[in-house]
Amino acid sequence: MFKLIKISINEILGLEGVIMSDGFKGLSGKDIISVLDLSKEDFENIFKLADEYRVNGYRDVLRGRVLSVAFFEPSTRTRLSFESAMHRLGGSVIGFSSEEATSVAKGEKFIDTVRMLDSYSDVIVIRHKFEGAAKLAAEVAEHPVINAGDGRNEHPTQAMIDIYTILKLKSNVSNLIIGVMGDLKYARVVNSLLYAFTIFKPKKVYLISHPLLKLRDEAKKFIASQGLNFEEVSDINLVLNELDVLYVTRVQKERFPDPIEYEKVKNAYKLTADVLRKCKEDLIILHPLPRVDELERSVDSTKHAAYFKQASLGVPLRAALLTLILGGY
Amino acid sequence: MSVRELIVSKIKDGTVIDHIPSGRALDVLKVLRISGSENFRIAIVMNVESSKLNKKDIVKIEGRFLSKDETDIIALIAPTATINIIKNFEVVEKRKVSTPRVISGLIKCPNVTCITKHEGIETTFEVLSAGLRARCIYCNTELSYPEFVELILKQLGPKK
Repeated sequence: MFKLIKISINEILGLEGVIMSDGFKGLSGKDIISVLDLSKEDFENIFKLADEYRVNGYRDVLRGRVLSVAFFEPSTRTRLSFESAMHRLGGSVIGFSSEEATSVAKGEKFIDTVRMLDSYSDVIVIRHKFEGAAKLAAEVAEHPVINAGDGRNEHPTQAMIDIYTILKLKSNVSNLIIGVMGDLKYARVVNSLLYAFTIFKPKKVYLISHPLLKLRDEAKKFIASQGLNFEEVSDINLVLNELDVLYVTRVQKERFPDPIEYEKVKNAYKLTADVLRKCKEDLIILHPLPRVDELERSVDSTKHAAYFKQASLGVPLRAALLTLILGGY
Repeated sequence: MSVRELIVSKIKDGTVIDHIPSGRALDVLKVLRISGSENFRIAIVMNVESSKLNKKDIVKIEGRFLSKDETDIIALIAPTATINIIKNFEVVEKRKVSTPRVISGLIKCPNVTCITKHEGIETTFEVLSAGLRARCIYCNTELSYPEFVELILKQLGPKK
């Protein structure tokens, strides 16, 4: 009987040759607040389904289901790729893309807004400027909540895309030396990516930053406790020739409590095609985007630029995640 | 004759807090809001040999009995402590403290961009290692031991 159900699922989705693992069921109804909410098998199942969507196209597996996008902070890629994913799966989308557009601007409590969205939809994707907002929303909502960025804390679906991109372009993570460069103090994507690395275990990670933008102690203690092999350096030129992957982030201007501190570091690093002359032939450069000045346009035309490919994987990856969370397989 | 016998005498009525992790006796007094000006006779012994802890502190307070809430607060900063209530030179009650895995509602998260600051909800901290560090379960801010003590004192408010 169990086997028959598996075949039936594959037929519905058109996933010829793919055997659904029990892990697919494990994600149903689950909140995704941190990448650490996922096991390695969960990641692999999401990637497998994203592959299928890329190869065989999308199906209307979420027809009749409604996604709430609750973006209390600006976003382009994350919000639009979630919306696109939901539409491609036959579902519909409600929501807002700024706090000003909601009753929060009139003084409504955040948790009351979440309760309302929860009653209108089947899943909530939330972005907020305060750390812990998605976790609080998940405590209040009966339907699953996906964290699309909470302050400087985490952005788990971006890390899923990052790992997926690395696997597509490099086949594995465990043999790689990876540099993470930029604002390691305030960039939430960095936290999520490093936490994901504790699951995928690269050979080595170099944390490359200005001394004022170093990774916060709590994150450092955590990745150390998980056995991640990492080293902090302040100059990309010291390690560039070793790197297989270079992940660049922008300085998170909006999270600096002190504008003077931002002014000190805003031009602390800049990657140019010229800098890349010393790198490995097959180095790939990733960036979660948007970029400001840290990644010069001259890099776009090099064979190393992989960030547009990375951005393009956002829709299939998020479609796979929505499918699995909403049990649409 | 051991060093302990040389410097600690018995009390008639009051509380003996034994097996305090070495170096924390003064913090224990702070969270009990005892500054020394209250007329209690107090003995503080620090960094003495202990078979259980290698080194430990001891606090003896004559004329003061600890409430359940005070015992719970001591558990946060001195998780190995044993609290003996003494009456007429005899131990009439022995309390073994235990550190909770989570602390809700006692202290507020110091991170100004933690959602708990803005929604007016109780902060919950996960205790990471026996009374040494705690982490806000919402924003993941970690408190070191001194920060933790400082926040407890702040929450307890000014001494009455």
